[in-house]
This record gives sequence, C-alpha cells and structure tokens, in this order.
Amino acid sequence: MIRLLAVLAAFTLSPTAIFAADFAITGGKVVTNQNGQIIENGTVVIKGNRIVEVGPSSSVTIPAGFETIDAKGKWVTPGLFVPFSRVGMVEIALEKTTNDTRAKESPFSVALQAIDSFNPKSENVAITRLEGVTRMAILPDASHTIFGGRGALVDTSGDFMVERAAPAFVFIQMGEYGASIAGGSRSASWTWLRQAVAEARAWRRGREPAEPLMLTADALALQQALRDDLPFLVHVERASDLMNLIHFKQEMDGIDIIAVGATEGWMVAEQLKEAEISVILDPHDNLPQGFENLGATMYNAKRLHDAGVTIAIADLHDEAFNARLAPQHAGNTLATGLDWNTAFAAISSVPAQMFGVDDQYGQLAAGMEADLVIWDGDPLELMSAPDMVYISGEKQQMQSRQTLLRDRYMDKGADQTLPYAYR
Amino acid sequence: MGSRLVGTFVLGLGLSLGVVSPIWADDAPYPSTYQPLPSTSVLLQNGTLLDGLGGQTANADLLINDGKISAVGPNLSVPEGTRIIDATGKWITPGIIDIHSHLGVYPAPGVQAHNDGNEVTNPVTAEVWSEHGIWPQDPGFNRARTGGITSLLVLPGSANLFGGRGVVLKNVPSRTVQGMKFPGAPYALKMACGENPKRVYGEKGGPGSRMGNFSGYRKTWIKAVAYREKWAKYKKELAKAKPEDEKQPSEPDRDLQMETLVGVLNGDIRVNMHCYRADEMAQVIDLSKEFGYKVSTFHHAIEAYKISDLLKENGICAAMWADWGGFKMEAYDSIRENIPMVHHAGGCAIVHSDSEVGIQRLYQEAAKALADGRKAGLDISKGQAWRWLSSNPANAMGIGDQTGSLTVGKDADIVLWDGDPFSIRTRAELVLIDGALLYDKNDRNRQAVSDFELGQPGNGEEK
Repeated sequence: MIRLLAVLAAFTLSPTAIFAADFAITGGKVVTNQNGQIIENGTVVIKGNRIVEVGPSSSVTIPAGFETIDAKGKWVTPGLFVPFSRVGMVEIALEKTTNDTRAKESPFSVALQAIDSFNPKSENVAITRLEGVTRMAILPDASHTIFGGRGALVDTSGDFMVERAAPAFVFIQMGEYGASIAGGSRSASWTWLRQAVAEARAWRRGREPAEPLMLTADALALQQALRDDLPFLVHVERASDLMNLIHFKQEMDGIDIIAVGATEGWMVAEQLKEAEISVILDPHDNLPQGFENLGATMYNAKRLHDAGVTIAIADLHDEAFNARLAPQHAGNTLATGLDWNTAFAAISSVPAQMFGVDDQYGQLAAGMEADLVIWDGDPLELMSAPDMVYISGEKQQMQSRQTLLRDRYMDKGADQTLPYAYR
Repeated sequence: MGSRLVGTFVLGLGLSLGVVSPIWADDAPYPSTYQPLPSTSVLLQNGTLLDGLGGQTANADLLINDGKISAVGPNLSVPEGTRIIDATGKWITPGIIDIHSHLGVYPAPGVQAHNDGNEVTNPVTAEVWSEHGIWPQDPGFNRARTGGITSLLVLPGSANLFGGRGVVLKNVPSRTVQGMKFPGAPYALKMACGENPKRVYGEKGGPGSRMGNFSGYRKTWIKAVAYREKWAKYKKELAKAKPEDEKQPSEPDRDLQMETLVGVLNGDIRVNMHCYRADEMAQVIDLSKEFGYKVSTFHHAIEAYKISDLLKENGICAAMWADWGGFKMEAYDSIRENIPMVHHAGGCAIVHSDSEVGIQRLYQEAAKALADGRKAGLDISKGQAWRWLSSNPANAMGIGDQTGSLTVGKDADIVLWDGDPFSIRTRAELVLIDGALLYDKNDRNRQAVSDFELGQPGNGEEK
C-alpha cells in the first residue's frame, strides 16, 4: 500500500523502473543549474520522488538508512528536458500506421492533443531516456491548418501515466510552411491566425461567431488555451516573420510566445528581447536551406543569448529518433563562444522555465522532482554518456531494443552453435 | 594533363570516324580541369598527429612541399622560407573524405528548381551522371570545408535501382564541376536496395516489391553482359578486317546506360549500393557474383553489424551513420555501435554523412561511434577511428594512393584542428587541399563565400 502511494505520487504506473529506496549520490561534480553553480564534490539526497538536499559533500549529512551511490569522478546533473519533440508519437516515420505526428485527413486542428498519440512504450522513448533525457515537450505537427494542436509535457520513464497530461502549449506553423497550408501566402496565414484568436475570444465572451472559421471543438480548445495562458509555440525562420510575430504579440496582449526555428533570429535579437519572445533553436542550422533561412548561422544561439533572449536547444530535424542528440546540438554552441552553463541550461532548466514547470524540473535543489543523470564525463562532450538515469527518484533500466540487438550480435558469452535468435 | 588532353582529342576524332569504342571510365569526356591552387612550403610543428592509417604520434612535425606531404617525423629541419605553423596543443589529421554526399545535386537553397539528385523517370538510369546535376555554387561545399572535408563522392539519390554515375571531387571552390573533379579518380555507380525503389515505382509500373527489385537488377545486368560481348565481337572482327575488304564490320549502337554498366563489369567503375538490411546485403553479394562484378561499399548499412563477417570475407566496406535510424522499416534495427562493431570484426568501416548538415561534423560522428563502441567494451584507439574518416573511404573510392593518410608523397590534404577533434569544443583551424590553404578559421580572406551567399544576411561572415 505504501508502494502504491509512492507510485501515485509520481503519477506513473511503473512496471519497468527499478524501485529505489531513499538514497544519496555522493562525490560527483554536481551541476545544480542554479545561477550556474557547479559543486566539484557534491552530494544530492533524494527521498521518494523529491530532492531533499544538495550541497558540498562536506556539509551534507546523509540521513540514516539512505543508500549511498558513489559518483566520484562522475558528473551529476538534472535530467535533460527536450523542448521540442515527437518522441513516442511515431515509431517509423514512413509507415503511416505507426506515425501519429500529424493528421492530414482530420477535420480538427487546435482540438488535437499530442498526448493522445503518445506511447510511453515506444522504442524511441527508451533510446531517448538512455541518453539522459527525462522530460520532453511533445507536439503534433500541422497539416491542413496552421494549428498542429496542443502539446504536452511527458517523462521518458516508459510508464503509463495515471492521469492524462493536460495541454501545455499550442503549436502553430507560420513561415513558408504555414503560408502554404493557409492558402498560399503569409498574408493568408497571419489572417488565419488573427481570425482564429478573435473567434476563440468571441466564444469566451459567450458569442458564437456568425461565420465560424473553425469547428466548435477547435475554437473551444483555443479559447481554453487562452484562458489557461498556454504559450503559443510558433515555427518561423525569417527575420521578417519574427517581426510579424512580435507585432502579433503586441496586438494580442497577454499571449506568451515561443518562437521555434528562428534561424534569422540574430537579425532581430534586440526586438525579440524587447518583446520577451523566447526561442527554441537548432544550432546546427547554418545553411540557407530555403529563402527563409538566408541568414542561417552557427552563431545564432550566441548572438541571441548576448542580446538577452532566452534560448532553448533541440534537434529540430530528427525530433523523434534523435531528440536524444540534444547534448551534441547544445555542445556545438561552445565553439561559437556560448558559455557552458548557458548551453547546458538550454537543454535542461530553460525548457522547464519556458513551459512554466521550473519549480519542479531542470534544477538540482531541495524540493525539485528527482530527475537526475549520472554521467561518465562532461554531458556536452561527444564521448560522454549517462551511467544512470533517475526519474522521479526511480532508477531507470539502461536498456532498449537497441542495446539488446547490440548484445545479441556481440556474442557475449553466448552458445555460438545456435542461431542468433537463441542468443 | 597532356595525355588527358590528347585522349579527349582522339576520342572526339574517333567518334566522327566511327571507330571508337564505348567510353569507359578512363577515357571519359567532361575531363577534370582541376589544378592545385597555389601553395607554399609549410611545416606544421609539434602537433598530435593521426596518420589516418591507425597511428597516433605526439609532438610530430609534418612538412608540405609542392602540394605533397614531403616529410613526417619529430623535429624536422626545414629550408629557409618554409612557413612554420606552431601546432602545439593542436591535432594534425588527413582531410576527411565523405563517401556519400549529395552536395551540388541537392543544394541549398532546397527549392524545387534544385532537385537534381534523382532522375525519377525510370528505375534504371545508369546513364545519368551526378556531375551533370552538380551546382558548384552550393554553399554546402564551403560549409563542409570548415568541417575538414577535403574530398567527397557526390552520388545520385536512391530512388532508382540503378541511379547513375557518381563523381569524386576535391572540395575546392570552382566555377565549374570539371574544376573540382578529382583527377584520375574512378567513377562510382549508385545502386539502391529495398524500400526506396519499390516505394517510388510501386504505382508507376514497378518494381513494386523486393522481388521486383532483384529482377530489375538481373535483367539489366544480363543486358550489360550481352552489350559487352557485342562490342568485344565487333572489336575482334575489326582487328581481323583488312582495309581492302568490301564488307567492313559495322559498329554497334552506343548505349549510355550500358556503357556505365560495362564499366562496372570491367572493374573500372565502383559499385556503391544503398542497402540497409543484412539479408538484403547478402542477396546483393550473390547478385554481384552472378554477374561477375564487385560491390565496393554498402551505404547506410544499418544492419552491417549483423553480417560483419560476411562483409569482411567479401572485402566490402560499410559506410554508416553513427546514430541515425528509425525513419523507415529497414532502418528500424539501427544501433549506435554499428561502426565500431564492423571495425572490430576486422571489416572496412566508414563514417558517411548523406547530409549537408552532417558532412560538417563527420569527425563528431566518429567520436560518438567510438565512444559507444568503447562503452560496449570494444577497445579502439582514436588513431584507428580516424581510418573511418580518411583512408577507408579513400581506398573504397579508389583514391587511396593519392590521399587519405599522412604518408610521404601523398596529396597534402590536411586539417589542423585547434584541439582534439574528438572533443565537441574543437574546430578545424586550417584546411589544406593539395597544400593550398583553402580555409583558415582566423582569416576572413581564407573563407570562401559562394556566389549565392554574396550580399545575403551576414554577408561574408563565417556561418
């Protein structure tokens, strides 16, 4: 019964995770993500699903009966938080039956919820967890209107949630792609967006629009999102589109906006800062892949940060299978002059802050959810990897279908007289 | 150069007289006009050197003269006038060679007008050549150079069973493709297994299945064998015929498609085949034996780790990603240890990009693969891992005698890294191709800008 309560507290049903007792991780290089504080020889104490104390090993007293995990020579960090992904919504992109990332034939748009497509048992969830990611924002892509639908925040434990995760944001495609689905021009996509918000607000005032653009379910979903102050995640690349976004935010007083992509963000960095629009970007985007990315440069992250814009980092082009590569994408900003703490925060504490859950995730501090990773080296380095991942205080299986395939074909101690299928 | 010009001249003349044989790789038209760019004598002094053959040496010097590597060793003494570059704390490696690129044929910007990488009109298009679709102004070439890429194989895409000829380039800025063509490099033939051809042609007359793919390969090779015999017979008759004979042997019609395939059968053109699944690679090995040709390299080879013994036995390289996969059924069994497992089994492992983004960081892909291999217990050195980036692809592409390792006499295709290239903080500082300094991280005048990017946002800045 006690165990059951603990499980409920963590909001997951957990058949796969290895239950941990209360424990402490000692002696590691502890990245707290609190004002860039890194403790060279630190101890983190975990009770249940919460962190209860973090500090230098010399000053932390580990309560009696707590298991001790030696992390000497290792790094201990908050679990990574991927701010943009479709992990668990697709198994194999080209196989329609396994791909729930978009719904071209659906009549609905804003009403769609990513969480309904999320499968915690997906292979992609496991391989993402193995690389140190513990939380993710998942989102549906747009297809027949500029609205993809509403995204959610999930963990990578592979466990089913006890409650359906509430919508966390609205995803909107603007720019070239948005223009093409809105009818063929940017004028069309911006008109669509403004009209949609106007309709949702009309519903909120109890007035049903005379000539509705959206289905009732979509308008009500958007109305609810506005009421709950959910952020709009808007994909735009070109500097002029970002300016449109800034103007939109000014008009629509009170909508929190996060720009996604923003390869030309550096060109309007001051304005973005002024408008308090934060950005999710991919530092690997440095080619003029289209006429909306002519200004693409590896220095985008550094320049935006220098201007005071809040940035989060993700692989924006392989957001299911390789959402796990977030550390490499973040790490590559170091050679452009970004500091380590900012780069690491961009894949951990900043996403938590963007989605308003920084009181629970993204930092190692008393009271935070116990999502931690023990790494064999600097987590932003190419040759480092997690030794252990904890989600809500539970030690995770460091195993996936990929590692099983590897072990099978590495012939470790197997009977070689039988086919691989028996190994 | 002289002999090449003469060869071209004779070829042109021969055609008009109707006595020339079909063109194979060695006397092909559209010849390379590549000339090494001006260089000076340079000594890279006191760096950590990876020779590209498996070795790592600390405190090494490397001397470049006349565009070639002229000496490697500790404490080299050099003639006056040699430019000396302090490489203390830096790493010296052979330039990286990407065996799978679509730069130029799928250039940036990726607008519709730039789709020149797949001739999606027939599953058999061995007659098309990637070089005829390459746009040398693709900014991707310059970006790739900042990542240490000195040579690359530009292939047609994988929509077709026989996609066409691929071409090896030196990664130099040029107004023409001919100005980039690697002199003397053999051509490649791109072929494709599995899902792509059947997906593209399933509703356009086939192939619609893997069975159809194989019948397509076999029917085509049967034609190629017959074509080769027809020309052999003609040549034999021509040799026997006397000028006074009334009936002269008549020359068979030329067939561009068959010319490329006969180039393969003759061993002049190297087969590079897009293939994911282990069982399918095994089928292709038998296909090659049926018709008497050799597969040089399987590309993508997601399941190479399952048949590393078979690949080794048949002398076939596997060009792989470090951690891509999952995007289609045949990529489902991707594992992060694929590259080190093929290497560990004694096979020829290659890191490839197939991406204008990935090509900028192939060394990082090698680092990730190396780390995953080590974590799984495979003891592989950094020196060995660099083979995946240089000598292995060079040998697979048929340019291993000229480039791919830091060996005296080879082309000075070299990268000086500002640190350990297996670290995320490290960047290429200098890139030399045939001894010419074509990229300097600290000198704007040695950072090429394509016509397309001139006057665009961030004009002239390093991107």
